Formats: sequence, C-alpha cells, structure tokens
Amino acid sequence: MQVAVIKYNAGNVQSVLYALERLGVEAVLTDDLEIISKADRVIFPGQGEASTAMRYLKEKQLDQLIPNLKQPFFGVCLGQQLLCEYSEENDTACLGVFPVKVKKFIPENSFDFKVPHVGWNNLTELKTPLLKGLSDESFVYYVHSFYCELSDYTIATTNYVLDFAGLMHKDNFYAMQAHPEKSGLVGERILRNFLSL
Amino acid sequence: MLTKRIIPCLDIKDGRTVKGVNFVQLRDAGDPVELAKIYSDEGADELVFLDITATVDKRKTLAELVTKVAKAINIPFTVGGGISTVEDVKVLLNAGADKISINSAAVKNPSIINEMALEFGSQCIVVAIDTRNVDGIDFVHTHGGRKPTLLRTQAWAQEVCERGAGEILLTSMDHDGTKAGFANEITAEISSMLSIPVIASGGAGNMEHFKDVFTFGKADAALAASIFHFKEIPIPELKGYLGEVDIAIRK
Repeated sequence: MQVAVIKYNAGNVQSVLYALERLGVEAVLTDDLEIISKADRVIFPGQGEASTAMRYLKEKQLDQLIPNLKQPFFGVCLGQQLLCEYSEENDTACLGVFPVKVKKFIPENSFDFKVPHVGWNNLTELKTPLLKGLSDESFVYYVHSFYCELSDYTIATTNYVLDFAGLMHKDNFYAMQAHPEKSGLVGERILRNFLSL
Repeated sequence: MLTKRIIPCLDIKDGRTVKGVNFVQLRDAGDPVELAKIYSDEGADELVFLDITATVDKRKTLAELVTKVAKAINIPFTVGGGISTVEDVKVLLNAGADKISINSAAVKNPSIINEMALEFGSQCIVVAIDTRNVDGIDFVHTHGGRKPTLLRTQAWAQEVCERGAGEILLTSMDHDGTKAGFANEITAEISSMLSIPVIASGGAGNMEHFKDVFTFGKADAALAASIFHFKEIPIPELKGYLGEVDIAIRK
C-alpha cells in the first residue's frame, strides 16, 4: 500500500511518519501532485497557522488537487481545519470539502478553560468504521485554539468550552482535530482503521 | 472532559537518565529510550526530557536521542536544557520533539520567547520557571536554580505568557527533592492568573501530593522524576488513586 503524507509548511509531520513506521507502513512525505494522486491513502497532517498554510497549498496547487482526490483521505489537526470552508484564524478561506466553519475558543472564564486546549480529552458519540473498536471513553491528545463546529458530518464529539467536532467524515474524506500520532493506543487504532478502510 | 496530566521528567546527562537531589547529586536511572517507552506504556500522559549538561557540542547527541524517542513512543514529549536560539528549537522539533522548553535563555533575552512563538507557534514553546521564596518573596532563579535573579516569579510568569509561551513549567526550588509536596500556593496563584496551562514541578512524594496540586494548586499537569524512576509510585496506581478521588484523569 502506498501512503502519501502531504508535505507543506506545517510543524511536526515527522511524528506522523514515525507513527506509521510503528504500524509497519512506509509512507512517503511529498508535495508532488502526481504521487499524491496515485497514492492509496493520503494523510494531511498539520500544526501551524491557517492562512500561511493555505498560501503554501495554493503555491503548490494542492488546493486544487485535494478536494478532488478519491482515495481515503485523512486530515489531522490543522489538516482537519483546512478541509473546512472557512477559518476564523486570520479570516482564511479554506479548501471547502466540509461545509463547516472553524472558530476560535472564547471561554467566559479563562481559569476554567485555558486556550489553547492542551491535553487528553475524550471522544463521544463515535460513528463510522474509522472509529471501530473504540469506546466513548477513548482519550486523544489535543493541542489547538480553533475548533470545527458540529455538523451532519461530525462522527465524534469532544467537549471543551462547548461540544465541537472531534472527528468528521464526508465521502472519502476523514478528519480529526486531535493528534492520532500522539494519542497512544487509541491513536494507533484510528490510524490502523484508516489504513484498512 | 480535559484531564489532568501526569508527566515523568527524565533528566539526561551524556545520553543517560539521571535525577539530582536538589539538582546537585546525581544518580543513574537508566536508558532514556527504554524508560520513555515504559512510561508511555504505563499511562504517562506526556514526558519531559531535560538535558542538564547541554552544551553546544552535545546538541547533536541530544537531537539523536530525540529522534530515537520520537520513533519509540506514541505520546507527546518536551525537550529542554540549554536551548537558547531559534535554530536550537528548529533542530529539536525537526528531530521529533513536540515541544521545547527554555529557561535561563528566556530570562537573559525575553524577546526570544516572541521569536520562537512566532516561528513555531506558542503550542510548542514551554517556558520553565525555577522559583525560590526569599524572605517571603518569590524570585526567579536560573542555571538549575543556583542563580538568583531580581525577577519576581509572578510578574515573570505574566510576561512570558504575554510574550507567547504556550505553557509554564513551574518548579519550586524550595520543594524540589524534598518529597514534602508541591508548592501549591504559588502554583495556584500563577495558574489562576494566566490563560495558559501550568505544569507544577518539585516536591512530589506521595499520591496525595498529586491530588493536592490538582485541587489546591490548580495545576493543569504535574511533573515528577525520582518517585517514578525508582518506582516509589507506579503510574497506573497513581492514576487509579486520582480517579477514585475524582480528579479527571486519562484511563
């Protein structure tokens, strides 16, 4: 199986490669349109800022390619947010795969809810084969200040300040706000499930 | 529900794990990669590696260790010790660290926090603050807690937050190595004051100390070293206990 991890100006993509390596999968880190198109699975990782990332994707014409891909596609963290139509982070138009808006956490009380949302939080209301074998008490590791709103595409919910979309699914597109590569056995299970979709 | 984090800290010297009692005497507690893997499997929520003898020529050794750790474990980890430039941070993040922590370098040149946060994002910049109470006033100390500064701990915590730190690792030098409990008072004061998470460090001796620092101390995470390394408190037992006393914890 050929797994492509999309290379762009986002932090810590190396961890995703290591996580795949632990699962026995040799992935290729690339921004080559042809290699990405032909891959059996595509992972779109990320950590960073939305407008800068979108600018890079446009330069590489990845903004045209990604929404038209047909193989199972997995957006992670910033990758999830960029798959949405719009992010409040620097007023950024994103890829528009999910008709969902990305908003900033605005807690009323900054002691109860610090921003960024950092640490382990659980997923509830799990759906789809991507989350096969996981219970409602599955904890995943989050680091983010912006979140995807709940929608018909939400396949798992997390609560922090409010309920937001922990994971989303539409057609061949899957997305996750937390970091599966840093989420222990739960994260490994999600990655394995994605690879066997 | 967001859970409180339990963070074993591995002090690294020449590629091996050590833990100083009050940072002076060192004992060897093993291979860092192996230890990291054990902690990760046992349910540690995160790890911190502090290279206590980091010097320029040791930087490459540290980066190699970071890569080995990143390949071996599936939980986040922070690397600190002797980091002073944007380039230092880049090397360690590229090697696979999730976050880096800076201490003395930030005190010496506070604007480095802004530069690092801008370049890599606040989420991966942890500012470590070593504090000691001198005649009733909390002062920041540097160089492993040996060197006092004129900075008030509370004011410095506020400043690093404003400059873009993503988290604060607060070590009480008065409590470190004593096993008499965390410095709950100043931890609570700083945690309540700031909009970023505070990791409490120094003084863990028993399981109740963790409960106290999460309740009275209002800490978001608690860090300890020797009690974990020498198996005085096994992590699964600690998490079981915290669950029983109604602390939100990852099972």
